Amino acid sequence: MSKGFLKSSIGKKVVMGLTGLFLVSFLVIHVSINACIFFNDGGQTFNAAADFMAHNPVIRILEIGLLAGLILHAVQALILTMQNKKARPVAYAKVDGAANSKWYSRSMGVLGSLLLMFLVVHFANFWFPTKVAVFSHQEHNTFESMKVVFDQWYFVAIYLLGVGALCYHLLHGVQSAFQSLGLNHKNYTPTIKSFGVWFSIIVSLLFASMPIVMFLHIIQ
Amino acid sequence: MGSGHGTELNLTLKVWRQKNSKAAGSFETHQLTGISTDMSFLEMFDVLNEKLISEGKEAIAFDHDCREGICGMCSMYINGRPHGPKQGVTTCQLHMRSFKNGDTIVVEPWRSAAFPVIKDLAVDRGAFDRIIASGGYISVNTGNAQDANNILIPKEAADDAFSAAACIGCGACVAACKNGSAMLFVSAKVSQLALLPQGQVERKARVLKMVEAMDEEGFGNCTNTGACEAECPKGISLENIARMNRELTIASATYSK
Repeated sequence: MSKGFLKSSIGKKVVMGLTGLFLVSFLVIHVSINACIFFNDGGQTFNAAADFMAHNPVIRILEIGLLAGLILHAVQALILTMQNKKARPVAYAKVDGAANSKWYSRSMGVLGSLLLMFLVVHFANFWFPTKVAVFSHQEHNTFESMKVVFDQWYFVAIYLLGVGALCYHLLHGVQSAFQSLGLNHKNYTPTIKSFGVWFSIIVSLLFASMPIVMFLHIIQ
Repeated sequence: MGSGHGTELNLTLKVWRQKNSKAAGSFETHQLTGISTDMSFLEMFDVLNEKLISEGKEAIAFDHDCREGICGMCSMYINGRPHGPKQGVTTCQLHMRSFKNGDTIVVEPWRSAAFPVIKDLAVDRGAFDRIIASGGYISVNTGNAQDANNILIPKEAADDAFSAAACIGCGACVAACKNGSAMLFVSAKVSQLALLPQGQVERKARVLKMVEAMDEEGFGNCTNTGACEAECPKGISLENIARMNRELTIASATYSK
């Protein structure tokens, strides 16, 4: 790679796309493991899967990569947003954005910031207690901690808002990543676009269903 | 007349006035009466300017040339959209029948750090010329042109290249983009040559130089909203942007001087 690539506007897009797709691949694992609560076996299957994720050395290394990817995605987005603001120093008095693009495609920064705020709550609820348990060699029952968190309506509300932001972020982000990587072709792009839509909706609905079923004590 | 022909409009026009690139601009409100629905948007401005001149005031500066949608000079941001409310047309092809009696129309210049306002609604799009000069050409030997059928070009490649070459460089893509990105313009210029055999020799160097020039001009970054494609008077496709992303990535990895 030439030195200028990562500094170029397109290089930055490629980084956004690659880190974005990497984070998307993690969502698949995350939602699959969480879906183990639907076995409704008092969290046995889910806890076994969570325990594997917390202790497997490969997963632990990937976790560091995941955090790095998340930080890179967010920092790069911040740099790009600041550059974009500079590119239009005098704002339009009247903008009819709805005439030419989807609101969520124009709101990726806002949606991403919401997701980041959600992640602070999410990490405090689950990630941090799990880490403390792992490093102090204690048993940690993630399923029980889910029950405690999702017994409180305000956490359920925060999680549903977070998943809503995720859904719209993905609706634009998944297909956009392919475009940024230059993977656009008349034969495949329609499939990629509908995959992006279905992926966003299915993953979001699955995530959203979890706090709801636990709040309603359907899963216990 | 029921068809709308010959009807007249009374309009309120809020126009951006700015003395030069350094001055701060502001909106000026004008009342217009008896504007024919058959007029083009620019003819409406001609009427307003004649009125201003006859009142001893300074006419509003705006860019225009061919007035038939092929030169890319006209450049007004009308009611929140480049080239106004219709798709696939330039401002000169926009007619007053697209507006209703009593409408308030807000007219602004293209707003981009890379397109400084020269005066009022006229902006300096020299940035586009400098991007083209950096690599948007092919080097050929002088002399007689060779026989056309010497170089075989697949129909699909010719069609795609022609579609990309339809770009008139008006800058509506930059104006429409919430990030002020010039990716659609540059990608059209990169694509039209990358698709044809004549463009192969300088293919990698071209995309590297043109993207570098684009970034130097201070345009924003693409976030794939698609606003540029939707507002482009020539319907330049987002496929060109994907192609340029591909071209630059490959060229960055494999080009050696």
